[in-house]
Amino acid sequence: MYDPTVARLTYRALLGRRRALILGALPLLLIVLSVAVRGLTGADDQTAADVLGGFALATMVPIIGVIAGTGAIGPEIDDGSVVYLLSKPLKRPTIIFTKLIVAVAVTMVFSAVPTLIAGLILNGNGQQVAVAYTVAALVASIAYSALFLLLGTVSRHAVVFGLVYALVWEALFGSLVPGARTLSVQQWSLAVAHKVAGGDLVTSDVGLTTATVLLIAVTVLATWYAGQKLRALTLAGEE
Amino acid sequence: MAVEQPMHTAVTPSGDQTRIHDIGYRGYDGPRLGRAYARRSLYSQSLRGAYGLGRSAKSKVLPMLLFAVMCVPAAIMVAVAVATKAHELPVSYTRYAIVMQAVISLYVASQAPQSVSRDLRFKTVPLYFSRPIETADYVQAKFAALASALFVLTGAPLLVMYAGALLSKMGFAHQTKEFAQGLVSVALLSLLFAGLGLVIAAVTPRRGFGIAAVIAVMTISYGAVTTLQAIANVQNSTGAIPWIGLFSPVTLIDGVQSAFLGATTRAPGGIDPSTGQGMVYVLAVLGLIAGCYGLLIRRYKKVGL
Repeated sequence: MYDPTVARLTYRALLGRRRALILGALPLLLIVLSVAVRGLTGADDQTAADVLGGFALATMVPIIGVIAGTGAIGPEIDDGSVVYLLSKPLKRPTIIFTKLIVAVAVTMVFSAVPTLIAGLILNGNGQQVAVAYTVAALVASIAYSALFLLLGTVSRHAVVFGLVYALVWEALFGSLVPGARTLSVQQWSLAVAHKVAGGDLVTSDVGLTTATVLLIAVTVLATWYAGQKLRALTLAGEE
Repeated sequence: MAVEQPMHTAVTPSGDQTRIHDIGYRGYDGPRLGRAYARRSLYSQSLRGAYGLGRSAKSKVLPMLLFAVMCVPAAIMVAVAVATKAHELPVSYTRYAIVMQAVISLYVASQAPQSVSRDLRFKTVPLYFSRPIETADYVQAKFAALASALFVLTGAPLLVMYAGALLSKMGFAHQTKEFAQGLVSVALLSLLFAGLGLVIAAVTPRRGFGIAAVIAVMTISYGAVTTLQAIANVQNSTGAIPWIGLFSPVTLIDGVQSAFLGATTRAPGGIDPSTGQGMVYVLAVLGLIAGCYGLLIRRYKKVGL
């Protein structure tokens, strides 16, 4: 199910040349921000939770997920070079699964690790805040990568639709319509984080059972359907 | 008409087999429309392209959808204001674009790369410069086109609100003044966003990557700035709030209009920048716009070869 060559090619496509720079810029900004906040306010659990929840989990993780998830397959389909990969004797679901593993790994490294570092800088893991948000970021990385990888195989405008989901649906509708929060990866991962932290600092609108079931269902279904899409892929020309 | 003309053969020295065949190509002796015309065409094509006009139906979906998303809340507000006979619109003209900043950022992120990235990717930029236009013409046309498209996007809901306000007889002079202030502010916003979007998009030939980079710069900087401002507000260091606002495009526009265009700031704590700080804001906005133009010129000096 895992092909090292495809994985290597995908790593190169995601992190090659200047692409690693933009992926690295966001975590760097988070760490600079948390140093600044720590300098301004000192260690404060509520502030730490606000920064990690509002900036790291709500903005940074989805954007890195979009870049890694769609970037793992989107550009290849876009410029047609995916046919060289598809013409090799590899199962299409294997290709998708390998690319998913790579996308998940990249998202985790560039979002969960900085979240942990930022949390440690902000309040030295007081009340388990840093660990809770790191777990949330890890869980969210898997679901976001699967979701956006599927988008990459479905649409040529995957990045835009991914961003619309992450910024408009989760942030805007999520804050206006409470029902929209049930269908949001961010809230599901917060439910897991709530279980880890235990206190009232990390809260979610979704129960833990619902969240876990939905997380697993979305990841598995998205990966399976992406494999199916790749089996019957039609290459479109530039519009 | 591959007619061999004896006139040419007569010119060649006898004994030589060299001939020139006239195979019927005709020279162009119509009017030459020149540089200004080419620039105008590039501008109008890019502007139409920014809304998907003249492109496939699929590429019309997103810009039209975002345009609708911008206008519908304004229409609803006007309807409510008319029905309840309010004396003031629920959201002022200057605040509207700031509230809808996520939609505007998405529009820039999706349309700036489609305007410039494909020319880079298919290496058509040198073909443009084989025509009478210069580097500056290309950059000006693209910049002006995206800024105009953004002005349409941000100005249309203001127009809806203004029309609604006049229909429900809210004081004409007052509304016109505020409407004009709103237009100035969205004009600045359009220029600033178009510049930033184009500079980032012109660096990468990959459309998807350009979209992500533009949205990252717009939203991440906004998120970081508002987080810092909120913390500064909690810590009672309110003097720092206007200075922090200098570091993201949306809060820059917010600062300019709350200093000079009669708006109230959206920054946490609600502290309007002073006149001195306002001048810094204006200088920063104008400097950024000019800087983006300069960077674009530099970029296209290189890729145009």
